[in-house]
Amino acid sequence: MDIATLQAYGYFFFTGFLVVLLYSYIYHLYSSQKKGTRDYEKYGNIALHDEVTDQPIEEISKNDEIKK
Amino acid sequence: MENRPLEYDYTVAKWFMLTTVVLGIVGMLVGVILAWEMAFPAVNTIAGEGLAEYTNFSRLRPLHTDAVIFGFTLSGIFATWYYIGQRVLKVSMAESKFLMFLGKLHFALYLLVVVAVVGSLLLGITTSKEYAEFEWPIDIAVVVVWVIWGMGLFGLIGIRREKSLYISIWYYIATFLGIAMLYLFNNMAIPTYFASGGVGAWYHSVSMYSGTNDALVQWWYGHNAVAFGFTVPIVAMIYYFLPKESGQAVYSYKLSLLAFWGLMFVYLWAGGHHLLFSTVPDWMQTMGSVFSVVLILPSWGSAINMLLTMKGEWQQVASSPLIKFMILASTFYMFSTLEGPIQAIKSVNALAHFTDWIVGHVHDGVLGWVAFMIMAALFHMAPRVFKREIYSKSLMNTQFWIQTLGVILYFTSMWIAGITQGMMWRAHDEFGNLAYSFIDTVAVLHPYFTIRAVGGTLYLVGMFLFAYNMYKTMTSSRRVEESELQNASPMGA
Repeated sequence: MDIATLQAYGYFFFTGFLVVLLYSYIYHLYSSQKKGTRDYEKYGNIALHDEVTDQPIEEISKNDEIKK
Repeated sequence: MENRPLEYDYTVAKWFMLTTVVLGIVGMLVGVILAWEMAFPAVNTIAGEGLAEYTNFSRLRPLHTDAVIFGFTLSGIFATWYYIGQRVLKVSMAESKFLMFLGKLHFALYLLVVVAVVGSLLLGITTSKEYAEFEWPIDIAVVVVWVIWGMGLFGLIGIRREKSLYISIWYYIATFLGIAMLYLFNNMAIPTYFASGGVGAWYHSVSMYSGTNDALVQWWYGHNAVAFGFTVPIVAMIYYFLPKESGQAVYSYKLSLLAFWGLMFVYLWAGGHHLLFSTVPDWMQTMGSVFSVVLILPSWGSAINMLLTMKGEWQQVASSPLIKFMILASTFYMFSTLEGPIQAIKSVNALAHFTDWIVGHVHDGVLGWVAFMIMAALFHMAPRVFKREIYSKSLMNTQFWIQTLGVILYFTSMWIAGITQGMMWRAHDEFGNLAYSFIDTVAVLHPYFTIRAVGGTLYLVGMFLFAYNMYKTMTSSRRVEESELQNASPMGA
């Protein structure tokens, strides 16, 4: 098998792999919303409640913060 | 120290708003001159034979495209970043002296680059690569400006209070990374003066790629400049401004994430459609076509999400000119992301390639989608950054209808012109002799070129109305209280 054929096969299967990855991501998004692991839709409110004095939708917890 | 409540600092956003308006007018004015030159060649020498060097089509054309892309659009991207970035990350630029300094430096250097670009293009100094005309010293300056923006962008993200990055932030990050990669690789060049030991001008260079490879890299860049300059950051804007102005959270946040990753994956492979029927390997052309068609999905994913965000609130489209601008922008986005893939299908492209239909496609995208969205963004930002209501709602409505008519005249005339051109170029008699010469097509296209120039002029008139409205908003409009700025923007009659 020459290099061009290998490239073509490699390209084809890599594309297939990425498609599987994308569909898994869709499944992940909707199943975690359904199971209640994570509510993605609440992040839409970040744009609506965006005053500097507003409570963040999901605050950076003290543990996440780099030591000040 | 005085203990004042924390506020967002819009200094840099305001400066970039100014360059958006000014460079928008410059870019579109030059575009209108070019359109009249196409219809009436005598306009090429309108400033006299002596100045013809500076007013002819070929000298002005890169100035038009670059002023609109790197002047108007990029300023709009930066202005909205310095506005949206702070708000959705819930952190003020005023909280970090370093980020504030970076922001101001970013603006100052950007202005210098603008001056260098305008000067060099007018003097005819160019690499002659489309949308990448700047010679290497300017390219280096562009990279510095970009890195400074990136430092500010990631710096602000680093000190944020909101843990999750709103979808718009993802799009701005993609803009930064995408353009950085594209610009660097496509502009790789060898300065001839230094490489040859002192021959020619010091600023001149030749591309590091040649022939088909150069074409491939150029259109990988060219098409993705559309992706990461005209699509990704504009989607970032609509994901923030439409929900904010209408008071409706984005219809499906999950769909917005999905469309984001879909767009990132698919867009980078579509550039090959610019090189159909060229010396590029056939499989690469086919790949460009296929990915262009697949691109409809993530593009429409975002656009439909925007239209659905208005669910139950459609009366706002009638009552608010600002929402009108955004809904029309979103509609034009759907329209041009359907038109593009159609043009990328090989059999259609055989007719459309090199014709005015392509020019029409670019302009329904940029005038209808990009410019409408940027102007809507600035209209929304103005009352918040100047603490004054938008000067005139009726002027906004007038601008909207004048410009909509302008875009429609533009793309319809170019459709007819393009398809006519394509049909005439390929027409032949029973022996295979071409039925028409090039000049025959020019004569037939003249009325459509005139209609296009009228459409462009109308759009430019709208730009002046926009600039006037923004100026009055900034200087003499009624002052507003913070409580009036929650969702729908306050507007004077």
